[in-house]
Amino acid sequence: MAYLQLENLHRQFGSFKALKGIDISLGEGEFLSLLGPSGCGKTTALRIVAGFDRPNAGRVVIEGKDLAGVGPNKRDMGMVFQAYSLFPNMTARQNVEFGLKIRGRDKADRTKRVSDLLELVGLGHAGDRYPHQLSGGMQQRVALARALAIEPRVLLLDEPLSALDAKVRVQLREEIRRIQLELGITTLYVTHDQEEALAISDHVAVMYGGVIEQMGTPAEMYTAPRTPFVAEFIGTMNRLEAHIVDGAAGEVEHAGTRLRIDAARGRTNGERVLILIRPETLELQAAGNSAGANGNTLTAEVVTQTFLGPVTRLKMTGGLIADMSTARAAALPVGANVVAQVPYEGVQLLALADDEGIPDIGEGT
Amino acid sequence: MATLPFFAYAVAFLFLPAASVMVGAFQDKRDHATFSNIHLLFQHPYIDAYWGSLRISLITAALGCVVGLFVAYAAIRDGTPRWIRSVLTTFSGVAANFGGIPLAFAFIATLGPLGVVTTWFRNAGYDTSVRWPHFQLFSEHGVELVYLYFQLPLMILVIAPAIDGLKREWREAASNLGAKGWQFWRHIGIPVLMPSFLGAFILLFGNAFAAYATAYSLNQGQNIVPIVIGNYYTGNVLDNPHLAQALAFGMFVVLAAMMMIYIPLQRRAARWAK
Amino acid sequence: MRLGRPRMAPSAVIWLLLAAAYFILPLYATFDFSLKKNAAGAPCCTLHNYGWVIHNGDFWHTIKISFVLALETIVISLLLFVPTIYWVHLKVPKLRPVLAFMALVPFVVPPIVMVVGLLKTFKGSPHWFYGTPWGFLATAYVILAFPYTFFSLDAGFRAIDVHTLTEASQSLGATWTTTLFKVILPNIRTAALGAAFLTLAVVMGEFTIANLAAFHTFPIFLQYVNESQGFPAGALTLLSFMITWGAMLSLLLVGRKRGARGAVIAGAR
Repeated sequence: MAYLQLENLHRQFGSFKALKGIDISLGEGEFLSLLGPSGCGKTTALRIVAGFDRPNAGRVVIEGKDLAGVGPNKRDMGMVFQAYSLFPNMTARQNVEFGLKIRGRDKADRTKRVSDLLELVGLGHAGDRYPHQLSGGMQQRVALARALAIEPRVLLLDEPLSALDAKVRVQLREEIRRIQLELGITTLYVTHDQEEALAISDHVAVMYGGVIEQMGTPAEMYTAPRTPFVAEFIGTMNRLEAHIVDGAAGEVEHAGTRLRIDAARGRTNGERVLILIRPETLELQAAGNSAGANGNTLTAEVVTQTFLGPVTRLKMTGGLIADMSTARAAALPVGANVVAQVPYEGVQLLALADDEGIPDIGEGT
Repeated sequence: MATLPFFAYAVAFLFLPAASVMVGAFQDKRDHATFSNIHLLFQHPYIDAYWGSLRISLITAALGCVVGLFVAYAAIRDGTPRWIRSVLTTFSGVAANFGGIPLAFAFIATLGPLGVVTTWFRNAGYDTSVRWPHFQLFSEHGVELVYLYFQLPLMILVIAPAIDGLKREWREAASNLGAKGWQFWRHIGIPVLMPSFLGAFILLFGNAFAAYATAYSLNQGQNIVPIVIGNYYTGNVLDNPHLAQALAFGMFVVLAAMMMIYIPLQRRAARWAK
Repeated sequence: MRLGRPRMAPSAVIWLLLAAAYFILPLYATFDFSLKKNAAGAPCCTLHNYGWVIHNGDFWHTIKISFVLALETIVISLLLFVPTIYWVHLKVPKLRPVLAFMALVPFVVPPIVMVVGLLKTFKGSPHWFYGTPWGFLATAYVILAFPYTFFSLDAGFRAIDVHTLTEASQSLGATWTTTLFKVILPNIRTAALGAAFLTLAVVMGEFTIANLAAFHTFPIFLQYVNESQGFPAGALTLLSFMITWGAMLSLLLVGRKRGARGAVIAGAR
């Protein structure tokens, strides 16, 4: 039996449907991220679990018990908010102590536990500071300690790192994961940052428009996206619209060029599909260098080069994107004509509905 | 320096006059130094006037602060339509300035002997001046009720931004950690509002203490200090200008003392703030 | 983004209804009185009182005095305070707390005390100052309105980037005067207008100083009518309220248009 279960949650605000039937199960000690763009319903779902909102239909079940009618102050869940949630009139220590005080634990007990927790989040020395004297990262650590102090059954985090600097974000997300593993606490994490979700979760559920598009391990989500949205949202993808030319041989046609792709085998001729190729699997050669080892190529011209450290990203005509080591990229400057090698295997293919196009989510990283 | 005209003006028309009042308080009719005026302040009827002023100011400040807080919170909290808050703040902006003579008349028209409300009750067979609450507009309590009309809006204007500053996240975090409503207010809500509350209290106190026109229009005789001072200049009772100055000096002392009590209190209440 | 429909707390409803009753009743009563002709509880309604006011020479005389007085106070205030606050923000920010402290002095030295001091200090001064409202009263009112004008203007100056604007203007060749009038002033227009309306409300309602210094302004006229006439006072009171209301509404409309907010806190005495 799942430890925490969200069953068929629906939530509507006026005529706007924020959740259209969400089903999620978490095992005990599992770390699951709800990932999606703004407005997809992930925060709504979290708030329903926390008890700050009630679903129009569906229920939240924990350890077999339905939480309907249970107020947010009786759910025994610890929540970390995006920002501003520390009580300004209390020191870090007093903030962390708050939940224990409410529960009537005695002073000696409280003091010990608070010290332990502050040590756990690396703030043993800053306990007597007020929130306005702490940096954003430190404040969120205190918020985490405060949520953990009451030994909750579930830890809920609502985009806790969104308001922080990039470097702090990376540091802190690893700490959160480390602490979560150490304590073995069931965790539901909401974020719009796909890199974050993939880096620290056991499972990821991608949400869009109030529904779950796909749920799985980070690796599954990355290598085998099952919908165009997920393909676009997670990592960067080359998306090539094509149609099946020869289903038996696995041939497709994209922008006038024929390509052979393993995943196309067994599909109906004339079917519209989306070819998904990760930038790091697209091999580039200068045009005229070789004739293309197995002829599965596209020609293009380099439009921009973006230096990303060890890797450089090349954007080409035809919407092609390729990542390669910076050393090799030097040989393919802007304006160079290149030949892109499309691999036969390891390329995803998604069926496109008749009127469906490539979802536009804006630039991914 | 460009600021010179301003400081010159302030010295000439604010500090010099204020200083001359302080000095004049300690002079007698022949301009010799004396404490006799100050001594007189502690005698009847002057000491009574000070007590009267103090009572009215403390009561209306306290009432204004507490009631104002509840009304402002009622208008701002979740669940109340947005327009109610706008109407309340707009009206408060006007009402905080609606004092003195017109206000006194408005209350005379409401609760005076021929007032609208008094007449309603009388027509229903209930004479409020004879039976409970034995209400007389031209009494100290009547004055307090009238003062509330500009104290309340002032409080609402001052405390509304502070209530806005109560972030929803604090309420939710407290609830998430197990706190009930009253526990939130006790540990977080009230402490966070306290500095603003105390500041508002000083403001309301000073406002009531200095009020002259309203009391004048309600025929308050010698019951509060500003009226007594005014009597000298409107040719009624006093004939010793230095006594009037001493009375004014006394007012200044009370207000300064008030500030000296409350400002450290307020700073302490806000020790956690930026 | 919460689009739900949480309902109003019952306690909130009670408090708001009580407040509404308390605030509206006196206004209604004033209106009711203004429509009565005599004390015999004669049935409504007559516009006789309003007619009386409109045709009363003293009414127009005193309201003109108060209005002109308000304008004079506003002009002197702005002329005095705008350059000062500008200079402080620009060159001597350390003086700002000093100014703010001075703006609080009128709270500790209330009008009743101030007028006592003013009357004493300027007893022997020439008639054009001591004996006319344009001299003595206007001067006192500038001080009286100082807290409101200061906090209004100060908020306006804090909302703009004084340094950048000044430097940009000077780098384009403008003199101090040009900078002040053509660059700075238009940008604090909202705050200045706010200060103006607040001052207007204050002056049109100021009774204490005018009474003790024996000048015949509009509030003095109001009190006289209160004492002597009764029912016309109702019409007059409503008119006076309308003026204050008009000033404050203008203040709010002006503030809303530009977004920069001047101080709205005002106090009556």
